Amino acid sequence: MAKKLMKGCEAIGEAAIQAGCRHFFGYPITPQSEVPEYLSRRLPAVGGVFVQAESEVAASNMILGAAATGTRVLTTSSSPGISLMSEGISYIAGCELPVVLVNIVRGGPGLGGILPAQSDYNQATRGGGHGDYHLLVLAPASVQEAADLIGLGFDLADKYRNPVMVIGDGMIGQMMEPVEFRKSPVLDLPPKDWALTGARGRKARIITSLFLNGEELEALNLRLKAKYERMAREDVRFSTYNVEAGYDVLIVAYGTTARICQTAIDLLREKGVSVGMIRPITLYPYPYEAVAKAAEAARAVLTVEMSMGQMIDDVKLSVLGKRPIHFHGHAGGVIPTPDEVVERIHSIRAGFQS
Amino acid sequence: MQVEVVMAGFGGQGLMLIGKLLAEAGMEAGLEVSWLPSYGPEMRGGTANCTVVISDRPVGSPIVKNPRDVVAMNLPSLDKFEPVMKAGGFLVINSALINREASRSDVHVCRVPANEIALQCGNARAANMVALGAYIGCAGILPIQRIEHAIQETFEKKPELAKLNLQAFARGLELAQGQGKGAQ
Amino acid sequence: MQTLFERPESLQTTRTHYCPGCTHGIIHRLVAEALDELGVRENAVGVSPVGCSVLAYYYFNCDFVEAAHGRAPAVATGIKRTRPDLTVFTYQGDGDLASIGMAETVHAANRGEKIMVIFVNNAIYGMTGGQMAPTTLPGQVASTCPSGRDVNTAGWPIRVVELLSSLVTPAYLARVAVHRPQYVVEAKRAIVQAFRNQIEGRCYSMVECLSICPTNWGMTGRDSCDWLEKNMIPYYPLGVVKTPEGSSSRARVATQGA
Repeated sequence: MAKKLMKGCEAIGEAAIQAGCRHFFGYPITPQSEVPEYLSRRLPAVGGVFVQAESEVAASNMILGAAATGTRVLTTSSSPGISLMSEGISYIAGCELPVVLVNIVRGGPGLGGILPAQSDYNQATRGGGHGDYHLLVLAPASVQEAADLIGLGFDLADKYRNPVMVIGDGMIGQMMEPVEFRKSPVLDLPPKDWALTGARGRKARIITSLFLNGEELEALNLRLKAKYERMAREDVRFSTYNVEAGYDVLIVAYGTTARICQTAIDLLREKGVSVGMIRPITLYPYPYEAVAKAAEAARAVLTVEMSMGQMIDDVKLSVLGKRPIHFHGHAGGVIPTPDEVVERIHSIRAGFQS
Repeated sequence: MQVEVVMAGFGGQGLMLIGKLLAEAGMEAGLEVSWLPSYGPEMRGGTANCTVVISDRPVGSPIVKNPRDVVAMNLPSLDKFEPVMKAGGFLVINSALINREASRSDVHVCRVPANEIALQCGNARAANMVALGAYIGCAGILPIQRIEHAIQETFEKKPELAKLNLQAFARGLELAQGQGKGAQ
Repeated sequence: MQTLFERPESLQTTRTHYCPGCTHGIIHRLVAEALDELGVRENAVGVSPVGCSVLAYYYFNCDFVEAAHGRAPAVATGIKRTRPDLTVFTYQGDGDLASIGMAETVHAANRGEKIMVIFVNNAIYGMTGGQMAPTTLPGQVASTCPSGRDVNTAGWPIRVVELLSSLVTPAYLARVAVHRPQYVVEAKRAIVQAFRNQIEGRCYSMVECLSICPTNWGMTGRDSCDWLEKNMIPYYPLGVVKTPEGSSSRARVATQGA
């Protein structure tokens, strides 16, 4: 398929269709309303169903129902909407249902703003709702990668029977870049022998997250834990930039912020300063080992985020105090610039000499 | 090679569209591109702008504090973006709506009365195409045919509009070329 | 020997956890009989609520999913829209349906989702121990209105089927009671009709079942039945409030039943 210039939100919608998803339930919110708008046009054309829910609360429970029938289903929202969805998401995790959620993050807390942010990192990676659960969280840094990760996300959701969140800042949703819809390598997926399809010629099936017996509920939690451990073994993803050249500072950044840092690294290289970067693609499971290893080659680590410092906790858990960790971030839609990152690197390196 | 251009003006002047045409032409020319809009309340009234990055390697930051080039369709946009341009960049000023000269002397300036030219072509709304023509005419970053092709594709179903926009684009191109610095 | 009465195939053999005297058992049976008679048990998916009937999935012999408090209509929407061939029903109490889930209730009805909603109205919160419900009657004592419901601060009880009948979208809306055999017969008709509406792809259907809660009302079963008759029926009149053909005149269920 030829490359097409598309907005991130539209590419996300199209990628879902390419992944075999024919059902969308969601509620409009800036800066991701282009996804429901796009799918309300496209889905009926491919025999699918688009439902505009009355709220994000309802949407999150509609996708639970849809996933319960064994159907691939998508919802998309932005920060305040994801907070409302955390009810349904917790139930979906408890029911072990595969869904793909997209959060095009805007600044918070509260109503916040509508500009790009990465301030939902903790909410996304620590579960977000009540109970001991995690989403598998994928963070694209380009429109192409957003499309690729939607496809992969549906497969991983089915592989683990777990909700998958694709998280991007407002820029990922609003930006246009060339995109090509590639068939992701098809995973060997388990059969959906739990789906509610009517008890024809078999015993009735129940999908529930209610276990009043302590041992039974613990068994669910142990099963979930084992699942998360398997994710950490089999599905950690990250990419690196300029690490082959050797470096004394390692940047850790994800999403669009990583691209800003990439430009900063290019600017520094022109001045003879070599800085490496590691970009987590799975925010959960987090690439702890890879970050730890990359940090070993550096004298210091710089975490750059569009938040007041959320991923930095995972960087700390990776580095375990072996290297000093610095932070640079903005919030509320103020975006770090490559120049700021360059300056920050210079000041960190100035500290080495003294 | 990397070019960053900010296209800015009032909401409704069609800046997003000419940015998109530029990005599409860049993509068709085999280059890496990104197009980032300002979004939110600014979409209605006020100023609207988009940033297009065209590069021969993967685009790093899609948001650019110091663009090389600026297309300013109104005074607030010129006031906002002229000071942050890189030295040696190209600045297109819509002289139909901006009644001051450029204050930078280290950039290439191209003044076009985009609204008036568009009106001569038959519709004042094609002022954006005049500005795009002027920008390509002075900065010469992409082959003219690529842009023309992108315009044709965009207005595929409305041949009248395609014709009008191509004409407006050609007039802008012509005017810029008359001011020195030729296009390819 | 001829079998005159037996357990419907759509009910499991599991003993229920419902209190003595509770009418949930009757309503379960009516739903199960309807599933059997219409031959849709193997095609049905039920959605259970949060409330006394949270464990309904153990008692019905068909596929079931448990919804969050109040969200059963949203879950049912997700099921029905992905598998229109399935027969989908929710089973909800008054707190679930008319309080926390009112938005989901109204919007599922307004979208005309082809689902069936069983609404058990016993004018009180059962599972959490007798707190005030949106359907608790004026002056009725509950654990969070110990002096009786004060309509000046808590408002008047919500008449759900009448509320939904104001929507323009076609629907089948009926209110029945299950505290005396003659009412049970009518209730059955309404439930069968509601399922039929769905099977024929006709409309959204809700059957509100006036029900008793001897435990939380603090009465014997017999007194509860009398109390329902004397207090609930005057406030919550029985009958078909709306049909998909647009009739909103109140008619006896019996005249509607096909």
